[in-house]
Amino acid sequence: MRKVYMDNGATTQVDEQVLEAMLPFYRELFGNPSSLHSFGREVKKALEEAREKAALAINARPEEIYFTSGGTEADNLAVQGVARALKKKGNHIITSAVEHHAVLDVCKAMEEEGFKVTFLPVDEYGMVSPEAFREAVTEETILASIMLANNEVGTLQPIEEISAITREKGIVLHTDAVQAIGNIPVDVGQLGVDLLSLAAHKFNGPKGVGALYVRRGTQVNKVTYGGGQEKKVRPGTENIPGIVGLGKAIELATADVPGKAAHLTFLRDKLIQGLMKIGDVKLNGHPEKRLPGNANLSFAFVEGESLLLSLDMKGVAASSGSACTSGSLEPSHVLLAMGMPHETAHGSLRFSLGKYNTEEDVDYVLEVLPEIVERLRSMSPVARRGKQG
Amino acid sequence: MYSEKVMDHFKNPRNVGEVKDYHGKGEMGSTRCGDTMVLTIKVGEGEVIEDVKFQTFGCAAAIASSSMMTEMVLGKTIQEALAMTNNHVAEALGGLPAPKMHCSNLAADALHKAIEDYLKRKEAAAS
Ligand SMILES: Cc1ncc(COP(=O)(O)O)c(C=O)c1O
Ligand code: FES
Repeated sequence: MRKVYMDNGATTQVDEQVLEAMLPFYRELFGNPSSLHSFGREVKKALEEAREKAALAINARPEEIYFTSGGTEADNLAVQGVARALKKKGNHIITSAVEHHAVLDVCKAMEEEGFKVTFLPVDEYGMVSPEAFREAVTEETILASIMLANNEVGTLQPIEEISAITREKGIVLHTDAVQAIGNIPVDVGQLGVDLLSLAAHKFNGPKGVGALYVRRGTQVNKVTYGGGQEKKVRPGTENIPGIVGLGKAIELATADVPGKAAHLTFLRDKLIQGLMKIGDVKLNGHPEKRLPGNANLSFAFVEGESLLLSLDMKGVAASSGSACTSGSLEPSHVLLAMGMPHETAHGSLRFSLGKYNTEEDVDYVLEVLPEIVERLRSMSPVARRGKQG
Repeated sequence: MYSEKVMDHFKNPRNVGEVKDYHGKGEMGSTRCGDTMVLTIKVGEGEVIEDVKFQTFGCAAAIASSSMMTEMVLGKTIQEALAMTNNHVAEALGGLPAPKMHCSNLAADALHKAIEDYLKRKEAAAS
């Protein structure tokens, strides 16, 4: 059976070149970079090279890059670290209703520490309004965290407009760019952000390694206590193979962003146009301001988990904003924040394309999915009622 | 995460649709996830369920439970059918993951409603 992987928003396949770069660090180059001897020194060199590559990719300075265990830890370090460092200045944080749980839930935890948090609503496309952002700012606002690209619906947030406000008001701005790296241009200078999170496994690097960019002069309290690594902000012996993999992966992923984006956009639009022909299908997220590889669609009268399992039986891997898959029964907080009714949120599917996807993959999905939807709709009492008006 | 039985009933659901000239109809919606099931039955001599069909808008567990339940009640008397619970359905499916137990409720509840509906209609016809 043909296998088609269209869940690159969940994770991506490690590039062979990345794996090649990592392997020596599991074998002969096993030293601890903090050691003074030659075993340590050669590994330290690789660590700093990876840092340079990560910095170069987002137009930062190497000393502004802090390696972490992934996107979640980078988000946590950013929000907790900045909020606590600036506690004396104010107690208000602004974020959005559609953030990843790594930001959303840490913000909720900060409320328990006495911070006030504004969760900005979004429009039907999942977008935050810069005007609403400005209105939410108070004398007490110290930190804002707004994602660059949404993981579920792919909507790109107007970060440059928001950073114009945070700069004017002296507010620290963090952005979660986990889904953005390699898919759209990411330049910390142009974005005007003070902190930025990224995770290697979303751009054909290894899992369990990420980074937080911290603009020079931005105060971040440590969340973990320990040794002197990562300037004591993130102590612990470094995940050297992972960090080397991140360095190689980000170098490859950002070498030709327009080229990759064009490839993904072509596939995505073919997929969307083909699937819309099924009827009673709605595209979720912004029609243009979206990740080039993200196609999130709602299929009326059917339920997401049934769609996913049926696709899986045909060898197609996608994901769903449906509650029924995750164990929790609440539909996606992102789709609900966009004002979608429960029923429609239930029947949504996310296809996230990656660099290894081909036009044949798209054709295969377009071949198998209409039959699946048809079959499930024929079983659904809701569909009949829908047709009757 | 699902047993082979669940996947089998999900792939090849039995008794999908609506019984023609049905004697009882039950509709259930889950308040937990918004999923819905409609069940129709035909009751023959000796109060035996001689035809049953379902329509479900729901997850794989809901579809499999509906399908399994129709197989289990076909040929049973309504008394026997009324004694059936969601646990019976889940057991027959080789178990369901904990967060999915409510999906099998849908099937048992819709069945009980369909039988109630049948009894009500019978009473109305008799009086
Ligand atoms: C937008 C976003 N932020 C954060 C994360 C968490 O990243 P990680 O799984 O590397 O901790 C993800 C990954 O699912 C994501 O999509
Ligand atoms: S019926 Fe709703 S989650 Fe199963």
